[in-house]
Amino acid sequence: MTGLFRTTTFRLSLIYMGLFSAAAVLLLVFMYWSTAGFMARQTDETLRTDIDGLQEQYRQRGMPGLLRIIIERSGEGDDRLYLLLAPGGAKVAGNLNTMPREAPAIGPWFDFMYERPVVDMDGAPTGETAIRAARGWRAELRGGYALLVGRDVDARVKLQNRMRAALGWGGAATILLGVAGGVAMSRNVMRRIEAVNAAARDIRKGDLSRRVALDGAGDELDGLAANLNDMLDQTERLMAGLKNVSDNIAHDLRSPLTRLRNRIEAVLRDETDDEAYRAALEETIEEADRLLSVFNALLSIARLEAGAAARRFEQVDATGLLEEIAELYAPVAQEAGLHVSVRPCAKRTCFFGSRALAAQALSNLMDNALKYAGAGRIALAADRVADYVELSVTDEGPGVLEADRARVLERFVRLEASRTQAGSGLGLSMASAIAHLHEGRFELRDGDLSAPRRAPGLKAVLSLPASA
Amino acid sequence: MRLLVIEDDDEAAAHMVRGLRDAGHVVDHASDGAAGLAMAEAGGYDAYVVDRMLPKRDGLSLLAERRAAGDETPALFLSALGEVDDRVEGLKAGGDDYLVKPYAFSELIARIEALGRRRAPQAAATALKVGDLEMDLITRAVRRAGRRIDLQPREFRLLEYLMKNAGQIVTRTMLLENVWEYHFDPQTNVIDVHISRLRGKIDKDFDTSLLKTVRGAGYKLSADG
Repeated sequence: MTGLFRTTTFRLSLIYMGLFSAAAVLLLVFMYWSTAGFMARQTDETLRTDIDGLQEQYRQRGMPGLLRIIIERSGEGDDRLYLLLAPGGAKVAGNLNTMPREAPAIGPWFDFMYERPVVDMDGAPTGETAIRAARGWRAELRGGYALLVGRDVDARVKLQNRMRAALGWGGAATILLGVAGGVAMSRNVMRRIEAVNAAARDIRKGDLSRRVALDGAGDELDGLAANLNDMLDQTERLMAGLKNVSDNIAHDLRSPLTRLRNRIEAVLRDETDDEAYRAALEETIEEADRLLSVFNALLSIARLEAGAAARRFEQVDATGLLEEIAELYAPVAQEAGLHVSVRPCAKRTCFFGSRALAAQALSNLMDNALKYAGAGRIALAADRVADYVELSVTDEGPGVLEADRARVLERFVRLEASRTQAGSGLGLSMASAIAHLHEGRFELRDGDLSAPRRAPGLKAVLSLPASA
Repeated sequence: MRLLVIEDDDEAAAHMVRGLRDAGHVVDHASDGAAGLAMAEAGGYDAYVVDRMLPKRDGLSLLAERRAAGDETPALFLSALGEVDDRVEGLKAGGDDYLVKPYAFSELIARIEALGRRRAPQAAATALKVGDLEMDLITRAVRRAGRRIDLQPREFRLLEYLMKNAGQIVTRTMLLENVWEYHFDPQTNVIDVHISRLRGKIDKDFDTSLLKTVRGAGYKLSADG
């Protein structure tokens, strides 16, 4: 509960409630002042007028005139109260019997209580008396007479009391409701934030599949939760990718490392002359270098897939790039009995991406073509297809069966037929990762250089986003 | 050459220092960034070999500070971070070369020696000469023993790089980086074939061969032996 009072929502609702209560109290005070207060002021005003009138009467007409009016008015109704006392204190006239104890020696507006017979609805006395509230003004007249003019304000006082009570209760209820509302609101918000916190704690403990439950309200807290969930999905994907890589590293580096170790052991056991040692060590270094290149390729793929390679993308002239790659590979291809060509294209085709990475992907595709195509042509081409530039390497080799095409893009997958060839089985995975980093695609299609009957051929296509 | 090696992995550093001393260099070693910076400030080195990730002071900021202070000593970064962007960062910080760990020692030594040569003023040179092989950088003519040799543009660049580094080993990766400007490692022996073509043009009809293969390391262009 103490936690609740520290929440932002609770503090906000407390402030809101404070302001709201202040406004309500002001409103109530104003209402009271302009109703009950107004009525009281009006009574006081009437009393003053009344007493002024009587004093005037006395001055002009003397005691008889005054008496006449007092007697006349005393009978008029219940509200007007009069008492005229002789200098000795004896009652001369009026509908009150004694000067109230609360009355000052002289002066205006005092509250007092008096006793009055209770009448029934027809005005007939019931024989009971009631204590009622009144307000009066006491004046001294010439000749030592004392005059009390009053008004019965019992009804008004009762109304005032009731209003005060109503205002008090109303104010209390406002504050109470405000606090209760604040608590309820904060608890609701806190419950939902606590759900996020609970999820975060679980995730920290290692349950990466945990997600924040959505409220379904579609409000900002739901938006926040959905956003967090997306972030967690992404993180989980990356973690899974990383785990996949480490599993693969563990699995696929173990066998070459074992091979390396066995070879060293065999040499130590069987060989004795320096020349053999030397040869063995040189072989070992070559094997270690191969391992390192596999390792580096794996790391590169992982980083590409994680999108961690900060994007330093630029406009790249696709045809120019293809020509460079062709030039780099032409001699080695020629030695292998292959002919490399770049299909000329009508206009310059540019893609938006990393020149270095695209070159790497193309180089991997060239390596593959050289390894598997056997003989014939290798054609490089850049074609604009919709919003993409398709960089393709097509050969006239045996191709890859439709069923195997998705599989060969996975890491370390090497088809049975190619087991005897050197290679890490990472080239296509890397090309694929590079395509994905560019938000493009990598796919294998049937070759289109020669009649399918002769050799299916393979067309490896790297689709990268075209420049605008 | 007098070298400063700033590397925190003691075993790797010991291996490197021994290898560099065996190759005839004078080597000092610092095992963290702060010590390395202090030694570099003392001066007197021909090249720095700096690990990117060091305790106390990272390699990038260390070199950037030396460059800001006007120190032009060539520097080679060693790093486990090998992506294009990492390389660009290293060169931006003032590095002259960037070698990704793990590396072959022959690669390291070839690159360090290339750095030392880079320092020698070459801007004024308009012609290169190795034995009886001559290259005119302005007319782009190549002659051996007075006989003109026709080269493709890329072959010209390849030969130019080899001649500038004459007498020293250059590795395949160095050639790929400096002649083709690629930073990846092709699975096939593309460079070897380019070299053998170049050799066919400059060595084939002559008694002595200038372009030699150094087993397990790379190539060397030299007139002697």
